[in-house]
Amino acid sequence: MRKVLEPLRQEAIQRWQALQNSDKPVILVGAATCGRASGALDVMAAIEDKLREQGRDAIVRQVGCIGKCHSEVLVDIIKPGRPRITYGHITPELAKQLVEDYLVNDNPRTDLAVCAASGEETDIPCADELPDSKHQIRVVMCNCGHIDPGSIDDYLAQDGYMGLAKALEMTPQEIIEVLKQSGLRGRGGAGFPAGRKWESCLKAKSDQKYVICNADEGDPGAFMDRSVLEGDPYSVIEGMAIAGYAIGASKGYVYVRAEYPLAIRQLRLAIQQAKEKNLLGKNILGSGFDFELEIFQGAGAFVCGESTALVLSIEGRRGMPKPLPRPRTTEEGLWGKPTLLNNVKTFACVAQIIHRGAEWFKSIGTEKCPGTAVFALTGKVNKSGLIEVPMGIQLKKIIYEIGGGVAGGREFKAVQTGGPSGGCLPADLLDLPVDFDSLTAAGSMMGSGGMVVMDDSTCMVDVARYFLEFTLEESCGQCTPCRVGTEQMLKILHDICEGKGREEDIDLLVEMGKAIIDGSICGLGQSAPNPVLSTIRYFRDEYEAHIREKRCPALVCKKLIYYRIDPDKCQACGRCLKACPVQAITGAKKTPHVIDLSKCTKCGVCFEICPDRFSAVERKTGQAEELN
Amino acid sequence: MCVENFEVSLNEVFSRFKGRREELIPVLQAAQAAFGYLPVEVMKEIAGFISVPESQVYGVATFYAQFYFSRRGKHTVKVCLGTACHVKGGGRLMEAFERELGVECGCVIPDYQFGLERVNCVGACAIAPVVMVGEDVYGHMESNRVKEVLDKYEKGS
Ligand SMILES: Cc1cc2nc3c(=O)[nH]c(=O)nc-3n(C[C@H](O)[C@H](O)[C@H](O)COP(=O)(O)O)c2cc1C
Ligand code: FES
Repeated sequence: MRKVLEPLRQEAIQRWQALQNSDKPVILVGAATCGRASGALDVMAAIEDKLREQGRDAIVRQVGCIGKCHSEVLVDIIKPGRPRITYGHITPELAKQLVEDYLVNDNPRTDLAVCAASGEETDIPCADELPDSKHQIRVVMCNCGHIDPGSIDDYLAQDGYMGLAKALEMTPQEIIEVLKQSGLRGRGGAGFPAGRKWESCLKAKSDQKYVICNADEGDPGAFMDRSVLEGDPYSVIEGMAIAGYAIGASKGYVYVRAEYPLAIRQLRLAIQQAKEKNLLGKNILGSGFDFELEIFQGAGAFVCGESTALVLSIEGRRGMPKPLPRPRTTEEGLWGKPTLLNNVKTFACVAQIIHRGAEWFKSIGTEKCPGTAVFALTGKVNKSGLIEVPMGIQLKKIIYEIGGGVAGGREFKAVQTGGPSGGCLPADLLDLPVDFDSLTAAGSMMGSGGMVVMDDSTCMVDVARYFLEFTLEESCGQCTPCRVGTEQMLKILHDICEGKGREEDIDLLVEMGKAIIDGSICGLGQSAPNPVLSTIRYFRDEYEAHIREKRCPALVCKKLIYYRIDPDKCQACGRCLKACPVQAITGAKKTPHVIDLSKCTKCGVCFEICPDRFSAVERKTGQAEELN
Repeated sequence: MCVENFEVSLNEVFSRFKGRREELIPVLQAAQAAFGYLPVEVMKEIAGFISVPESQVYGVATFYAQFYFSRRGKHTVKVCLGTACHVKGGGRLMEAFERELGVECGCVIPDYQFGLERVNCVGACAIAPVVMVGEDVYGHMESNRVKEVLDKYEKGS
């Protein structure tokens, strides 16, 4: 089959090289959702306008997210014979300026540059030497930000489809052997060995089987799977086709959240192109293997990320997980047929493992968890973005070296992984290696890849309440521990946040949490108490401050804080007085303003509007002296 | 709702499907795209088209957060309350929008100009807290910019 692929590949490589060696400058604009949110499309339009105005010719292309979301909008310029230079924080105005300065006047604007592909441009740091690149290894995201996600030729030119072509020359059992040897574990959260799952699907006897890609991405602070679909949908499609061949399925579904319109568009386009090249559809590469792929848009339910619920949802029903004992999805899944369900990133790894071999994959990461982990690193960190690191890397390297430390020079408090199923880890655990097993042992979870950094202005009780509110809302409601238990826990947390907590509440929360874990029928309930239990485990003193002293040390819980204007700092500018929505502030010109705490609704508008140079409005916790 | 248009739109929606049980969710999605929400009459017609009891159509539709059962605002304000936005003060932003619009999250204002909703992560965590109005994204949002943002749509309407 590699022979059949070769002409396609050669053609694609030629096009790619023509682009690389073009005598025209090439301009790449990062236009995934994160880039677009910062105005990438306007930047692109500005570049095109300016080029037209100047009568310059250049190739302008859209690419996916390269991961440096903290510097969006990102624009890369490759001038003939020059290294690729990446520019950050580009606005439409800056973009026009850049075209004029670099393309017309040959001034590379080192002041706007983030990095360059090689160290030739003296004043620009080399991409590989940036502190945030040093620890990163790109496997899943190797093409994101480099190829045009709308061009299958771009993908083919990066060794795309070599994995499938090779797989089609192997027997299904051989493919599964390679997967098993590679040690690949599912990237959807639980880390189940992929090879074993594929094998049980292969062994199941049936006239029809299905492959499903889980792109439901329910974690409310994560966007890795979407970025992969937006930046390199082909790798997922290729992985799914290999899976289809390996288990004997001729049909696959990608279950994508409907809230991801751009990912759906890119995926649809990619499927179309793969069909045109006979890399999907009937008799793929002349091998006799047929594989069709369909997109199913998930309609917004976190619980549908669970395998049995996801299957019901595709069948057009309510997504209620099936209780044990039940047959495994690999034996009885969609329409009662054997079904293989893997995460987006799991499939994205497969093609490369087949192409490059199990040993290559095993050389990355740790023995028990080979390969890389992809995280959406966000929260109170200097460099938010999408990162890919070898499994086993220490948490502190991620936060301090890649993430550039806690934003605003504040103090690190915790890092949250695993979303609503995970937990918060404190500063003492920053040496922890990041992999499936050690995160679980520490009371958190790998999850599918959200990593939120929290500083001393984040209240741990409030965070626990936030996640529990989410899981309660998303509980499908069929089992009592999850439906009623989480609600009762939430009530207690509300009380604690409002200063009405009782001494025995903490132990009660722990007891209830354990009961819910033991008594719930699916992974949603079984993990829902984790955020509460982990914050109690590591931040019990914060719970105690709320309960015993009626204080919220992080100044978050509304009922326990108040606002006050420091008369020595107040310059009587009148801004807060005008902005207060409930007229709780009095004062006059030259008279320091005062907040009437009996009227104040603690909306915080005065705090935000007070100019930084005065910073006269203070947020405080405990009993206000004025109220006594 | 004009009966004639209603039938024309619904027939157009149905023409894209075969009426099979498993098409229920895609049909609901297409109907919502055509009407903006799922009026009761539409769900009844869908039940007939798919040949399932009306209760099942309603049961499925209400299970998923994507579906709406009443008319929506001309502009939908979505305040992100994903984890990154939550820890960066998304909650206070939501309160500011509630105050400014005079309705709670999940409601539409009486003249149907604006609806207010929450979302969980729009994938722009690097510029949290984030608010979307229609397709437009506002990053690093602050409560004191709420009025200014809303005014843009009020005037442009
Ligand atoms: C409540 C709940 C939500 C889940 N959400 C997701 C999700 O959004 N994406 C995902 O890949 N897996 C999710 N999972 C895990 C899946 O059930 C399943 O284990 C996974 O998709 C298998 O793929 P993997 O082996 O490649 O990890 C969820 C599980 C539960 C219990
Ligand atoms: S949490 Fe708001 S954009 Fe991600």
